[in-house]
Amino acid sequence: MTRLLTRRLVAIPVTLLAVSVLVFLATEVLPGDVARTVLGREASDASVADLRRSLGLDDALPVRYAHWLGRFVHGDWGTSYTLKVPVRELVLGRLGNSLLLAAFAFLLLVPIALGLGLLAGLHHDKPTDRVISVVGLALGATPEFVTGVILLVVFAVQLKWFPASAQANPGAGLLVRLDHLVLPAVSLVLLCTGYVARHVRASTVAAVESPYVRAAELRGASRSQVVRRHVLRNSTVPATSALGVQAQFLIGGLVAVELLFNYPGVGALLLQSAVDKDLPTLQAAAVVLGLLYMLIMLLVDVTYRLLDPRLRREVHA
Amino acid sequence: MTAVQERRAVAVATGVAAPPTARRRRPIALSVGAVLVGGWVLIAAFWPYLAPYDPQRQHPTLRFAAPSGAHWLGTDQFGRDTFSRMLAGARPVLEIAPLATGLALIAGTLIGLLAGTCGRWVDELIMRVLDAVLVFPAIIASILFVAMLGRSVTVLVLVIGLAFVPIVTRSVRAATLVERQQPYVEAALLRGEPLWSLMLREILPNISRTVLVEATSRLGDAIFAAATLSFIGLGQQPGSPDWGASVSDNRAYLQNAPWTVLSPALAIASLVIGVALVADSLRARLDAR
Repeated sequence: MTRLLTRRLVAIPVTLLAVSVLVFLATEVLPGDVARTVLGREASDASVADLRRSLGLDDALPVRYAHWLGRFVHGDWGTSYTLKVPVRELVLGRLGNSLLLAAFAFLLLVPIALGLGLLAGLHHDKPTDRVISVVGLALGATPEFVTGVILLVVFAVQLKWFPASAQANPGAGLLVRLDHLVLPAVSLVLLCTGYVARHVRASTVAAVESPYVRAAELRGASRSQVVRRHVLRNSTVPATSALGVQAQFLIGGLVAVELLFNYPGVGALLLQSAVDKDLPTLQAAAVVLGLLYMLIMLLVDVTYRLLDPRLRREVHA
Repeated sequence: MTAVQERRAVAVATGVAAPPTARRRRPIALSVGAVLVGGWVLIAAFWPYLAPYDPQRQHPTLRFAAPSGAHWLGTDQFGRDTFSRMLAGARPVLEIAPLATGLALIAGTLIGLLAGTCGRWVDELIMRVLDAVLVFPAIIASILFVAMLGRSVTVLVLVIGLAFVPIVTRSVRAATLVERQQPYVEAALLRGEPLWSLMLREILPNISRTVLVEATSRLGDAIFAAATLSFIGLGQQPGSPDWGASVSDNRAYLQNAPWTVLSPALAIASLVIGVALVADSLRARLDAR
């Protein structure tokens, strides 16, 4: 357990460094002059040269990278080239929005996926199971922006049950914000449910057919008792790793969903800053998203081991 | 990595995570999937003969026409025929995704065979590098690479294909490790067969089922990735009839002309669901064997 933790904790900063170096190189190779992009086409050559100097764009690449890194770890993330606001407030504010959406989606995902997986597993090879499996498979294969568009047309345009924009008015309470987030969250949930449910189903089937469940049945335990005491835990714990994979999918899926629903999250910011060549924002957004992604992986691995004592022992051995 | 971790990682990475019970065969799912995929492949190949209108032809007086007998799926903001654009949009995605899948399969199979056959430090090195690549969030990398290298079919094929190499490698390696225990491999080793011959002539034919399952699963993922990259504006040039780009271009008209968005969206859905049905049926059949 500790070995795994240390290995992961060392890997995180190393990967983040790699991310930031890659972003730096990427923006360096990008066609077009950042200063020219910022000032617009009509700006004079002199003012472009001035801006290049003040942004430090004329220094050698490693020097610029070292400067950026030094300031970044001290909390000075610079100013956005295009939006002219401090990057730290911008990125962290957007991150808050994304986390709200992702957490909402995850809270919906867990009970739905576990419930459906359990239901399919307990009725395996019956119509219930087949419907859940095929629908889950189809939804899991469909990109989230496609399900999102269909949800928008049906529930926002036709039925008008939910707002079409994910962004609530400024100062709105949490419930109003969540109401605006229902459609984007559901499109993420639909993407992930099938995969998790499939894992839960498989381990439920294995548990139901196991000798200990047979023994419990022979002892005269009722169906609900057997499910509660013997099946539930053995079928849901292995799903933790599937949930972890899907949590990463959620983070990756944020880019398209935020774009579709016009939601000011960090994924949409990452994309916009890449298109605009807004280096400070792109750097910060990429590092923050990367960190989030890896923290989730770590959290999942630790949770899995805490929930399953067998794995704990195996790691010690 | 402990054995359990490793098995889990492989199962998770491949998405195979074989359900331990033999699933009942579903011939209906396979046929439905094959019809959907086959239909779109034919359309991608022959759309110029099938489309009732030129997908790029603008018609200023016919903007946002609702679906009718003349325009089955209506027209878009330039008066272009939505149905014709939906047919034409099948081509870009069905060019990029199979090429990317092919790249991932060839590279992943060779690397996986090498890791599994050689074992020891070669295996260790390859798996460590792959672990490092897998922690890198694919979406960030794709955005960066496409922004850096520019939008083109080649770039998309490379970005999507390379992203799937570690996944293919893991399952091919896992299958190779099983074959490695077989007597025929030992016999080949004793005969002094060279490594390449052992990999490609002895082991590869025996793991062809794994490769086939990988091919269909990764094809579905590649279509998913190509459509998403295109939707977020990193695929085809704007104005292209490509499905992802069409959804993105038309999402502003969702209220008044939902057909312009729904047609490409449902086209994507039917293709990916078709591939998923085929992939799942193949996997279930091969597992049951």
